[in-house]
Formats: sequence, structure tokens, C-alpha cells
Amino acid sequence: MSEFSLFPIVFYLLAAVTVVSALGVALSNNIFYSAIALMGTLIGMAGMYLMLAADFVAVVQIFVYVGGILVLTLFAINLTSRIGDVSVSNRSIGRLPALGLLGVAAVVMLRAVVGGGWNLVDVGAAVPTIASLGNAFLTDYILPFELASLVLLAALVGAVVLSRKELKEEHG
Amino acid sequence: MMEIGLTHFLVVSTLVFLAGMFCVLTRRNAIGILMGVELILNSANLNYLAFSRYSSVTYDGQMFAIFVIMLAAAEAAIGLAIVLGIYQTFHTIDVEATDTLRL
Repeated sequence: MSEFSLFPIVFYLLAAVTVVSALGVALSNNIFYSAIALMGTLIGMAGMYLMLAADFVAVVQIFVYVGGILVLTLFAINLTSRIGDVSVSNRSIGRLPALGLLGVAAVVMLRAVVGGGWNLVDVGAAVPTIASLGNAFLTDYILPFELASLVLLAALVGAVVLSRKELKEEHG
Repeated sequence: MMEIGLTHFLVVSTLVFLAGMFCVLTRRNAIGILMGVELILNSANLNYLAFSRYSSVTYDGQMFAIFVIMLAAAEAAIGLAIVLGIYQTFHTIDVEATDTLRL
């Protein structure tokens, strides 16, 4: 039964990676460091998805977030930051009022979380979810699934139009 | 050692949400703000999956998480395209500088 003793250790390791990286994203003065810390958060999150028996979502998280969004973010940083002032490229303002607001939010949310009263069910063994998710996508969730393809197409075209504005001006 | 349960995941999710909120509130760099939004979306996803595992017998939570990830990808693409557009116009992505519409 070594699995049962390993579960908390892995959880606390992943939680530490996730939370410390998230703090790095929020507090680092260098936006490159923020982006790399974001990768730590995303990978830690993927590990926790695995611990919640959500194997497909964890893989999608790695593909879309780490492979897509993070690379996109790094490209955007490289295209917009002046290399000279990279070390101060991620300044913050108003930290004190933000901390106050954060404190209020933290008290409310942690009270709600620790207060409990959730409707719990017995946790079964982790089973592969891909077949069930695929069936759900093409039966109960067919309409959102098709709408998602429309949204992604619109986002694709919109991103191209937005970032190619200077070519349109050249043509007159 | 305590058994790892729903509350543990919810606490982690809360901490990540608070970090994301702090990021959104204090950053002046538009890309930094977008990173904060990603943190918030991720913490929401962790909540979906935690409740899907511990409080439900269906996979609905996982479906929602996948749709959230899809929308986050669309949001990141559009958001970063807008940031690039702002940079071409203002030559900075400091959100304090983009106040042309302000009276």
C-alpha cells in the first residue's frame, strides 16, 4: 500500500511548486521570470489534475497552456519589451491597496473553503476518462462542442486581423 | 498525516486565485495582467476538477474544464494580438499610458 503513503507527499510537492510559482508570477520584477514561473504553475496544475483522475484534461493543459499559450506569451514579450529595460519590464503599482482588497477576498474565500459542507461522494479508483469524455462531446455536449469550433475560428481570424493592421494601411 | 481531500485542492486553488488577482490588480504591463488572468482561469479549473472528483459521479466538471481551457486559448490569442496592436500605436504596453479615451 505504498500508493496511499505517496499520495500526500506528491500532493504537497505539487502544491508547493504551484503556489510558489504563482507567487513568482505575481511578484517578479522581470517579466521573463514571470513567464517562466507561469510555466511552473501550469505544470504543477497539470500534475494536480492527474491526481484528481483527470488524465485527458491534464494532457490538454500541457498541450494548450505550456505548448501554446506560454509560447505565445513569450513571443509577445519578445515583440514588445525593449531589451534594454528588461530588468524592470514588469513594474507594479498600488501594491498596498491591492493587498487590502486581497486580504478581504482571502478571508471570505478561505472561510468558504474551510467551512466545508460539501456534498461528498465515495472516491473510486482512477479510471481512464478519454472514452467517456469523447462520448460526452459527441452526444450531450455536441452543441457547445460545435460552438467551440466557431469561437476558435473567430478568435483565429480576429487575431490575424488585429495583428496585421499595418499591412492594411500600406495597401491604402 | 491528514488524508488529502477536497479541501486541500480548494485551498491551493484559492491561493493561486489570490496570486492571479494580485497580479491583475498591480501590474502595469499588459502581458503581466494577461498572465494573472491565466492564473485565475487555472484556479477555476482546479475547482471544477476537484468537485468533479470528490463531489460528483459524472464527468461534467471535466467537460467544463476543457471548455475553459479552450476559451483561455482564444482569450490569450486575442489578448496578445491586442497587446501587439497597442504596442504598434503607443510604443509601450504600459496600461497607464494607454489613456487616449480618458477625459
